[in-house]
Order: sequence, then C-alpha cells, then structure tokens
Amino acid sequence: MAVGAVSGGRRRLEGLDRAAPVWLLAAAALVLLILLPLGWLAYISVSGPQGLTLAHYARVLGDPPLQKALWNTVLLAFWSGLVALVIGAPMAWLSARTDLPGRRLLQSLVMASFVTPPFLGAFAWVMLAGPNAGYLNQLYRILTGAEAPLLNIFSMPGLIFVVAIYTFPYVYIMITNTLGLIASDLEDAAAILGAGRLQVAWTITLPMVLPAILSGFILAVLQALALFGSPAILALPAGFHTVTTQMWSFFQYPPRAELAAAFSIPLLLATALLLLAQKKLLGRRGYAAVGGKGGQRRAIRLGPWRYPALAGCLAVLACSVFLPYGILLKAAFARAWAQPLTRGNFTLENWSFTFLHGATQSAIVNTLELGVLTACVGAGLATLLAYVTNRRLIVGHQVLGFLALAPVVIPGVVLAVALFVAYTRPPFLLYGTLWILFLAYLTKEMPVGYSQADATMRGIHPELEEAGRILGAGRLRVLREITAPLARSGIIATWCFVFIGVIRELSASIILFTPNTKVISVVIFDLKEEGQFGAIAVLGVFMLVMTFATVALVQALLGRDVIGVRTSGGSG
Amino acid sequence: MRHRRLPLVLLLLALIGSAAPAAAQDPRLEAARKEGKVVWYTSLALTSSEKVAKLFETAYPGVKVEVHRTGSQRILQRMMQELQANIRNVDVVHTSDAGHYVLLKEKKLLMRYTPAGVEHFAAGFKDRDGFHYGLRATVNVIAYNSQKITAAEAPRTWKDVLDPRWRGRLVTAHPGYSGVIATHVLALVHLHGWDYFKALAQNKPMLVQSAVDPAGIVASGERPVAVNGGDYNFYQVKKKGNPVEIVFPKEGVPLVVSPSAITSFAPHPNAARLFTDFIFSREVQQVLADTEGLYTGHPDVKYPADRPKLGDLKLLPVDPEELEKRNEEIKTRFVEIFGA
Repeated sequence: MAVGAVSGGRRRLEGLDRAAPVWLLAAAALVLLILLPLGWLAYISVSGPQGLTLAHYARVLGDPPLQKALWNTVLLAFWSGLVALVIGAPMAWLSARTDLPGRRLLQSLVMASFVTPPFLGAFAWVMLAGPNAGYLNQLYRILTGAEAPLLNIFSMPGLIFVVAIYTFPYVYIMITNTLGLIASDLEDAAAILGAGRLQVAWTITLPMVLPAILSGFILAVLQALALFGSPAILALPAGFHTVTTQMWSFFQYPPRAELAAAFSIPLLLATALLLLAQKKLLGRRGYAAVGGKGGQRRAIRLGPWRYPALAGCLAVLACSVFLPYGILLKAAFARAWAQPLTRGNFTLENWSFTFLHGATQSAIVNTLELGVLTACVGAGLATLLAYVTNRRLIVGHQVLGFLALAPVVIPGVVLAVALFVAYTRPPFLLYGTLWILFLAYLTKEMPVGYSQADATMRGIHPELEEAGRILGAGRLRVLREITAPLARSGIIATWCFVFIGVIRELSASIILFTPNTKVISVVIFDLKEEGQFGAIAVLGVFMLVMTFATVALVQALLGRDVIGVRTSGGSG
Repeated sequence: MRHRRLPLVLLLLALIGSAAPAAAQDPRLEAARKEGKVVWYTSLALTSSEKVAKLFETAYPGVKVEVHRTGSQRILQRMMQELQANIRNVDVVHTSDAGHYVLLKEKKLLMRYTPAGVEHFAAGFKDRDGFHYGLRATVNVIAYNSQKITAAEAPRTWKDVLDPRWRGRLVTAHPGYSGVIATHVLALVHLHGWDYFKALAQNKPMLVQSAVDPAGIVASGERPVAVNGGDYNFYQVKKKGNPVEIVFPKEGVPLVVSPSAITSFAPHPNAARLFTDFIFSREVQQVLADTEGLYTGHPDVKYPADRPKLGDLKLLPVDPEELEKRNEEIKTRFVEIFGA
C-alpha cells in the first residue's frame, strides 16, 4: 500500500484518466444503493399531511402494545446473545485450543448451523417442542408419565433458545479467529509456573480473547434484533410481538408505512450503537500478544474430559442440526407429521403437491435468478470497492469502505420498509419487479461481500500490480490480468457467501414481494400461515440441499474450505 | 392425492365432456387463449384452489390459472398495495370477507359481471347490483381431537370453551389474516359481546393465522380444541382419517359466504369471464360440495350424506356493510385482547 502512495503522481494521474469513471461509478452505485432508501425512510418518518411532524414517533413510542414489542425485542436480543455466548465461547475454545476429538467435524457442523435459515430451524422446533404434539414432549411424557410439557417452544424462553442455537456460530467464529492468533507462550509460561489447565484458561486465555468474546456477543445480539421469521413463527402464536413482526403488521390494509418508518428508527439507532461499541472494542488493541502470527500454538490436553466435552458440543449441534434436519426430513415424507412414520403414514404426496403448485415453481426460478444475479453483481461490486479502498484510488475512499459496511446496522425489515418507500414512487418504480428484491439483497449482502473482498485485497501485495504498471499496463488492465486472477478464490468465496445469504432471505422479502415475485422463503412463510407442514418441510429440505450443494461445489472448485474459520490472516 | 384425484378428474371430464363441444365453440375461448391465463387471488384453501385450477385447465386447454392463495385480509392488502404502485395484476378476486366487496365496489374496482346460471342461486349469494356472487359458503364451528377428548367432555357451545379447564388447550385463527375469522368475530360480538373474547383470552389460546390452520393443529394434537375455523377444513382433515370431530354450537354458527368478482382493471378479461362462468357451473359447485365439504348457493347441488344441511343449522349471518365498517375495529381489538 505504501508503495502505491510512493509511485509517481504523474503515473497516477494517467491511470485516473482512463479508469476513474469505473471507480466513480462503483462509488455512485453504492451511495445510491444505501443513501436513497435511508433518506426516504427518514423523510417519511417525519412527514405528515401538514409538513414536518413528530406525530408518528409520538404515536409509536407512546403506544403501550408497541412499547411492549420494543421491550420484547430487547429481552430477546440480550438473552439470545448471552445464550449464544455461553454456547459458542467454550466450543470455540475447545475446537481451537484443545485436543478434543473430531474438531474438524465439529467445525463443519457449526458451519452447518451457521448456514441453516433460522426460520427453518424455528419451524422444525415447532414440531420438536410444541407443548403437546412436539416430538420431544411426547417422548418426555411417555418416559416420565408427566402431564406438563418439558419445553414450550411458543414462549419467550423458547424463542430465545431457537434464536441462540442459530446465532452462536457468530460468537464461535469470532473467538476461534482470535484464538488462532494467540501464541501459546503465555499459556505455557503460566503452566510452567504451576497453574492448572482451567486456571490457565481462566487467567491467561480468557482476558486475551475478551474483546473477541464481547464483540461476538454484540454480533449475536445484532442478529437476534433483526430476525423476523423466528418471532413470527414462535412469538405470534404465543400472543406477543417483537419490533420486526410489529413492523411487518403495519403493512396490513391500509398500510402504515410512516409508522413502520418511525418504528424502524429506534431499531436502526440501537444496531448502530451496538456496532460502534463493537468497533471500539476491537479497535482497542491493548493486547500486544494478540495480532502477531509468530509463536507456537499447542493443543491443551483435556485428558478424561475429552469425551464429555465432545458430548456437550454434540448436544448443542443436535439442537441446531441433527434434530431439526431429522424432523424436517420426516415431515417431508409423512402424511401426519405428529404420527410415527409407518408404512401407512409414508407418502410422496408432499413432494408432488409442493413442486406442482404453481407458486413454488416460479418461486424457485425467482430465487435462483436473484441468487445468481445478486451474487455476481455483489461479488463484482464488492471486489471493485475493496480494490478502490485498498489502493486508495479516489478521494473519500474511507467513506466508501464505511458505506459498504453500513448496511450491517440495517435490519432486513427496516431495509425493506425503506426500499418500499423509495421505490414505489417516481423516479424509480421498482415495486412489483424482481429488481426491488435484487436491490434489497445487494444492499443487505454488501457488508458480508465487502469484508470478504477486503480481506482478499489485503492479502494481495501491490508489487505485482506495480510491476504491471511499470511495464505500461493501465489500471484496468492490471486489475483484469493481475489482480483478478490472484483474487480468484477470494472472489468465488464472496460469490458463495452472497448467494447463500440471498436464497435464505426472508425478512426483507416478506415486505417487498408481490405474487409474481415470490421467492422460496416467502412461499414457505405463506404455507406456514396455512399450516401446510408437509409442503414446508419439502421446501425446507430443498433449500438446505441447495445451500450445501453450493458450498460443496465451490469447495470442490477451490479445493479448500470456503466457509471456514480463517486461522491466519490473508487468503487467495 | 394425485392418484386419488385422478378418477375425480376423469369423472369431471365425462361431465364436462358433454359441454366440451359447446365450450370449444365459445367465441370467448379464442380470446381467452390469446390472453393465455387468468390470475386468481383466492382465499380458498390451497389444496382446494389448486384443484379448481386444474379442473379449469383440463376443461379449457391453453388457458392457465395462476393461483395466488393467501388469507382474505392479505389479498385485499396486496391488491390495494399493488394498485397504489400502478400494478394491475389480478383478474378474479375471491375472499371470505364480504365487507371487502363493499369497499371494492365503492372504489369502482369491480367489473359488473353475472356468471351464467347464478340467477337461481340462494338470495344471500347474490349482489343486487351484479358485481359479485358467492362462490362458496362455510360456517365457523368448534372442533376437537377425539383421541384426546371424549364426546362427553367436548365443548358444545361457544361459551363452553371459556371454562378454565380449557386453559392452554385451545387454538384460534386470526381476523387480521382470515375473512372467515373476521366474520366469526363480528358474529360472536353480536351474540356475546367483546367480553366473550376477553374471557377467551384468559384461556391463552394459541394464535394461528389462517382459518385452515386450526384443523391441522387439532389433528396433530398440539391443541385439542379449535374455537373457530372453517367447517370445510375440519371436514377435509377428518376425511383423511384424522381423529377430528366437529361441533355445531347450539347458539348458532356464523355463516361465511365468500364472494368472487372480476376486477374492473382485469388484464385478462376474457379468461376471467370464462373462469368465472366455470367456477359457478353446477359441475364445479358440486365438486366443491363433494370433495371439499363446502356449501354453495347453487340450488341443484347435492351434499354428501355426512354433512348437515345448511337449512338445518341455526345460522348467524353477518351484514357485509357492517363487516366493512368495523373491519379495522375487529382487527385492532382482537390484537389488543390477544396480544398479537
């Protein structure tokens, strides 16, 4: 990077001449993508029939049921974050630092929980832990003869549980990444001085990963704040709302976009504050031991605890992967999901019904189209932007980096409300087309795509590019012939991330779809409202197969883990 | 279901077979084929509406039916939201909230069209101005899981479900989603007042959305008693061999007549007329009665022996104008009382 700054001003100017429009276009696209809808959102939230007003805010913040929804979201986010932490942190430590058997398998399974759409998990848990018909509760009653259920999934604790088992991977990834950067020297020193294993973990390792732990917690809280599907499936039947379900219900007839907009601002502020806190925590690099790559990392021996620890991890993964996948698979082939899968109860009707249903077919096509398109444009744009910011090609490149990451603070529902307001009126009439969904997905996936692309670009040293420039190639040619091939696997990984993110998206789609632009997740939600368990299970299985097929395909292409934990800096 | 449906399709083909030459000569068929499809926003349960669509496509090859099934309230919301954005998508609109048609007619969003043969329909199924006609009817009932509850224990009246012993064992569908339930709520407010629902909320019923859903919930045993829901949904689930029994409460059952109309802006008007005639034909109305367990306005339709006659039931009708006026109130108060 320093080299880029040194290279002569004249050459840089020459490069600007030809390539500048490309950088500026990418920058403009980003600004339009994010600022236009958010601007409309803010405007709608304060505009009334007689000019500017705060009436919408007064209305949503003063209404007791809406206050309750806000409070429920606070509870949900906090507790889910905490549970995710309690599950994720020990698992991260076990898999990064100990001789736990099956660490590789464990990591794959955590990634499986990571890519499982949370609303599918929630739906599966309805069948597992519905208080009366739920499988686990039936089993519990048979075993103990009890009357009361073991678990009631339709409750705040039930919701927290289901949200946590799909957000703990954020904590896990955050912490394993940091642990991978800490050498064992300090731990060894402590051990030599006579500290026991637990004492080492508690007094040495824990303080060093504390920032990662906190920021993992914050990431998990952010996820929980933004979720729509899980509360819609588990909270509404129990008679309570969260902010996201409440915002969605503002879109009944007559729609209350202005109330939804006003209600979304607190959520936006909360996520922005949390992210700021996280940045502060990670930015405070007061731990000299973290960050270096040198030093050895030795596995800590668990001794007799190896298998109990493994059992603990597998128990968590049973909740997030084995049990839900199992019940979905069963329901996909059963006439009555609550009954045992006997010969009489076995059927393929769910499959034929689901795939012959017209809405399903077009939804599959729409989902794939949107997935591929968003992944291509998203990966391309993210790579370009990362290139621009890493090589400091235009004035204000820092702002670009910030903007590309900014959508992290925008929950899907809020983004959807903003897009709905922005694109149902001139000059951009996009509602009713796939384009509005495309914009939503592109915006929503930009932070993921950008951070992936940014990491890739950081790993590519400018020397080779400089060599190309010296030999007379223009910026664009260097980008095409030198940088892009070097960044290839990083770009493919970005593509894969964005694609998986798109095909599972529900919270923005549920507000932006029209009958002709339904996607699979929306069809699943529709079927859920009608209680078509068999068909939902079929589509859920289909969605999971599609996700894992993508991961497998890209992994085969690249010959390495795409969605993996990055134990050392730099890829590509 | 495919294979079980096959004989039915054959039977219907035989029935329509006699009419087929006439249909082929129908000059509208050519025009409809040019349009290619008819877009149907419907609140009829998904399996039932898919069945009707297949029957039409078999009878009129070359004209597809695009089924968009969701709850009545969602249909209205979709349609209005689309119109606001200048999207004219729907040809035929069918919901279970008769109030919607008061509103749509007032906003001049309906086309005046009288399907062939509806003049002999029962009075409650006809709009006096000729904009919409009742495609089907159902009544709201109580239903219970007969494996979990004996006939002697089962609730017999709407008020029986208020007994504390049903706490945590009930399920209700939602008037914010379903027109069947919006009608139900209004009818019961007339009968017992909002206090009825306040008392019901004390028993912590599970809240689901569609009036179709309680049938599945009761069949699975997740909640043994449904306090409302379309009678035809329970009938279908029961016929599939599930342990579900239907109770027609003594105080009377809220009657839900679900109208169908062509929109004034229908992008496929010929296909829409053809489709509307088809769904009001005796053959289709008979299918709705036979396999779906619905009631119809058609005077010649025969009902299965295991169905009570509509005339034998004490019906609680609801005035569409009032349903329209109080739609907002019904939804808001329900949410206030039940929490979501």
